[in-house]
Amino acid sequence: MIEAVGLTKRYGAKTAVDDLSFQVRPGAVTGFLGPNGSGKSTTMRMILGLDRPTAGHVTIGGHPYRDLPNAPRQVGALLDAKGVHGGRSARNHLLSLAQLAGIPAARVDEVLGVVGLQDVAKQRSRGFSLGMGQRLGIAAALLGDPQVLLFDEPVNGLDPEGIHWVRNLMKMLAAEGRTVFVSSHLMSEMALTADHLIVIGRGRLLSDMSVTDFISANSADFARVRVPDDGPGERRKLTASLIEAGGRVMTEPGGALRVTGLPLPRISDLAHGCGVRLWELSPHQASLEEAYMRLTQGLVDYRSTDDAKAGLVEPLPQDPYGSADGFASPEPVEVPQEGWYAPPPPVPGRAPAAAPAPSPAATAGPAPAADAVVGPSSAAAVAEPSSAAAAGEQTSKDLR
Amino acid sequence: MASVPAVLTSEWTKIRSVSSTTWTLVAAFAVTVVMGAALSALLNATFDDLSEAEQATFDPTFVSFSGTVLGQLAMVVFGVLVVGTEYSSGMIRTSLAAVPQRGTFLLSKITVAGALALVVGLLTSFVSFFLSQAMLGDRGTDIGAENVLRAVVGGGLYMGLIAIFSMGVAAMLRSSMLSLGILMPFFFLVSQILAAVPGAKSVARYFPDQAGSKIMQVVPDALNSDPAPYGPWAGLGIMVLWVLAAVLGGYLVLKNRDA
Repeated sequence: MIEAVGLTKRYGAKTAVDDLSFQVRPGAVTGFLGPNGSGKSTTMRMILGLDRPTAGHVTIGGHPYRDLPNAPRQVGALLDAKGVHGGRSARNHLLSLAQLAGIPAARVDEVLGVVGLQDVAKQRSRGFSLGMGQRLGIAAALLGDPQVLLFDEPVNGLDPEGIHWVRNLMKMLAAEGRTVFVSSHLMSEMALTADHLIVIGRGRLLSDMSVTDFISANSADFARVRVPDDGPGERRKLTASLIEAGGRVMTEPGGALRVTGLPLPRISDLAHGCGVRLWELSPHQASLEEAYMRLTQGLVDYRSTDDAKAGLVEPLPQDPYGSADGFASPEPVEVPQEGWYAPPPPVPGRAPAAAPAPSPAATAGPAPAADAVVGPSSAAAVAEPSSAAAAGEQTSKDLR
Repeated sequence: MASVPAVLTSEWTKIRSVSSTTWTLVAAFAVTVVMGAALSALLNATFDDLSEAEQATFDPTFVSFSGTVLGQLAMVVFGVLVVGTEYSSGMIRTSLAAVPQRGTFLLSKITVAGALALVVGLLTSFVSFFLSQAMLGDRGTDIGAENVLRAVVGGGLYMGLIAIFSMGVAAMLRSSMLSLGILMPFFFLVSQILAAVPGAKSVARYFPDQAGSKIMQVVPDALNSDPAPYGPWAGLGIMVLWVLAAVLGGYLVLKNRDA
């Protein structure tokens, strides 16, 4: 159990972590989400007693980290995959850490096997890839068989197989009743791994709830309806009929309709009732990534100033805050989007042909997760600003 | 709470598992011994060219440690790297997460590395002495002669202390590059030059290397060097004070700064 109370860290005028209070419970994977520079790593370092909080405190099992008896046996942490002397072999690195906690050398070989580095154990870590470095860091965290585990961006640099492995490892560790605290800036990754989410932005707590709650609070389903292009009449007729039945309708740039509030069979029935043919009737779910972007929007520290992509942070069509016009007007409201933007797919990371996905796991399937890890190049193809990922591309000036 | 023996064991593993340890210590040994022997041979051959004052204060023991001027630089590198690579690699966070008691961590590291430097320093000192005496031939001295053993052991202590001083400085500056950038020119140039400048002499003689090197002299004011207001042991004492100050500074920085 990790407990932070009013945790605050200031570096001069900049407040990295601002009055953060949360609890991380055992037996679950708790995701720690936030854009780059939101204070995740600083919080992690404060938990480990490396940085001193300006105010507030954080305890593990009721003790400040520095007062824990034999800390390495109780808390394992992966902070920085490159935090290894490049000239030292993987095995010696782990051995030196093991000796600190009185862990036998046999355990070193054991964890090397667990993370799959046994073949390179005697090699200098300088030649390791980022993924191998992450594995070595994870091995170091597992060394003392601790009840509390902290991982700072563990999937960075891992290949899809490695990501899958880390995901299962976290779940397994949590299932054994351990406290697992994982930071990430990838919502899609956390949606698959975590049971509980703590979201911060600019050092402040934005959300602290279970993934299930987060999904139901933030995801929104809609149906895309496409009618033949032979004149606006059909579309108007269908729109009127849908609104009458209690649905909300918006148009997408390609001419398709986004319908919310009506189940798919009902839409089909209504279309049949008013004699309109349908070319497309497909279910869609706004991804968690999108919900997360919306949550942290405006709290991103590093964002490109070229706002070509910022325009893509669209208010969702099914915006819960007002837009009552959508109901009243017989003419469907335009989905606000940039003209140049290729219409489908409007949902990040999903092909238009993607099957309906009720579960969060399927929503942000392995493919988008892997994409997001690969880098901003793939992100450009999806309708998200991916400003965090793309921060390097542009000047990093805060818009606000 | 990580126990002290555990931290010592761990630090020993760290030190023996990087090749920079071997290279710097071998370099310290080889440079000191070879240069000491070479200069001894040279002085032996050109003894008649020395001034009368220099001949009068000829100190065969001190001459055999001529290589220390260069050899100590390798010791500086060793000391700086032992501490500095923790910072440059980021290993410091892993280390401190494992040993939250920062004092224990730093002192164990310095103990292990310092002891190793001391052992190598003593070995260097004795080998250097005997080889140089062989080069000096008739003008050489004997280990049994008065104060010679003190000077030879002192030469080893000097090397070890230089390494520990460097560790303290590296812990204060938290960077290998910065520490080397300051210590190397200081020991190789600044200190040597200031010791020769009339006005600065009286200050420079209290620098750690100037004060500490007095322990290696058997003949007072060897080779017509400037007389110092302190004896060999007091000189070493001054050096020890410098070392303590550096280690204390390093400890305070480590204790109070975020890792």
